[in-house]
Amino acid sequence: MSKPIIATTSLAGCFGCHMSFLDIDDRLLDLIELVEFNKSPINDIKNFTNVCDIGLIEGGCCNTENIHILKEFRKNCKILISFGECAIMGGLPAMRNDVPVRECLEEAYLSGPSTVNEERILPNDEELPMILNRVYPCHEVVKMDYHLPGCPPNADLIWDVLHALILDVNIELPYEVIKYD
Amino acid sequence: MNKQIIFTIDQKECTSEAGKYIVDAARENGIYIPTLCNYKGVKPAGSCRVCTVKVNKRHLTACTTPVAEGMEIELNTTELNDLRKAVVEILFTEGNHFCPACEKSGNCELQALAYRFQIMAPRFPYQFNKRDVDASHPKILHDHNRCILCKRCIRAVKNEEGKSVFTFENRAKKVHIKLDEKLGDSLTDELAEKAMEVCPVGSILVKEKGFEIPIGERTYDKVPIGEMLITDK
Ligand code: SF4
Ligand code: SF4
Ligand code: FES
Repeated sequence: MSKPIIATTSLAGCFGCHMSFLDIDDRLLDLIELVEFNKSPINDIKNFTNVCDIGLIEGGCCNTENIHILKEFRKNCKILISFGECAIMGGLPAMRNDVPVRECLEEAYLSGPSTVNEERILPNDEELPMILNRVYPCHEVVKMDYHLPGCPPNADLIWDVLHALILDVNIELPYEVIKYD
Repeated sequence: MNKQIIFTIDQKECTSEAGKYIVDAARENGIYIPTLCNYKGVKPAGSCRVCTVKVNKRHLTACTTPVAEGMEIELNTTELNDLRKAVVEILFTEGNHFCPACEKSGNCELQALAYRFQIMAPRFPYQFNKRDVDASHPKILHDHNRCILCKRCIRAVKNEEGKSVFTFENRAKKVHIKLDEKLGDSLTDELAEKAMEVCPVGSILVKEKGFEIPIGERTYDKVPIGEMLITDK
């Protein structure tokens, strides 16, 4: 039997969740025995080359590119997991959600105290993804199968859940691993 | 002493004094009923519905209902546990709770209930309502994003004359907590501290006081809310 395949990505996140993933320490060695990695910043594979069993999504959706990648993950992964507060509820990037986009852009590119922008240009190159009106939790864009909270999620939580999904067993999560900070 | 009565919680026989509120009577019998708007020593308000139990097929708030002889109380049924969970999820989506950036994280009762109920993500859509932070007072800071309108501050924080220092302003969707115009100026350090302690969430904070306890040692880092009360007894 071929090994289960995992893909990961960071959307509007800070890579902290991926760092926590690496924090499973020597269990990484067990993990690479058990699974194969496809598209992920961990191995720098840029495009899906196979249908994956598990997709881990860090970060919510703050621009059109994030939406595109998330939909691509949904198409290519059997099980999709929001890992981390940003994927689940937008996280710190979503602190802009009650401010109109124009105001955010003006503050960042025109009127901010440390901003020098003499031509007063707001980023508008068509190569750049469009910023969305607000940051969207992943499960408001596509169906997500599981949610692992935490900022970042506890490494033990990530390991326990991956391990259980790979071996297809039920688990009881201990109290300490579910945290929102 | 009032007369002792016998009642049951999930079929377990319990005894207590007649007239005690169900939450208190339950605790005396080593049973924890989750609460949120309730605060020890303060008249219950029954506003959050987290403590909902079922007696005779009716939903009741255990913090405001006295026990009675022969009462058969349902507490940990699938339906009731899910209802409590839903109430907590509503509060998380109705306010703006950015726990990673919150001074109360780890010591917050709302968050602790969510941990206890193992809420991985709320079933309701996030509202992202626009709420303000009011830092105008010299001693305290008010973050309306986190307020769950439980009125614990209004009910528990009173000055020497017994007057509430906090009050509600506006109504319905616009309602928010506010320091009383006149009494706010005379807020003592003790009352400011008390307000922060009474607030179950990170809505009332004493300035320059955040993040005092390291992660791992905060109230609910290792022990679920409710467990301590039972072992304390
Ligand atoms: S008040 Fe509690 S639930 Fe809200 S952000 Fe702070 S820690 Fe989280
Ligand atoms: S400020 Fe705190 S104590 Fe007062 S109503 Fe809001 S959540 Fe309750
Ligand atoms: S604790 Fe009983 S209604 Fe809030």
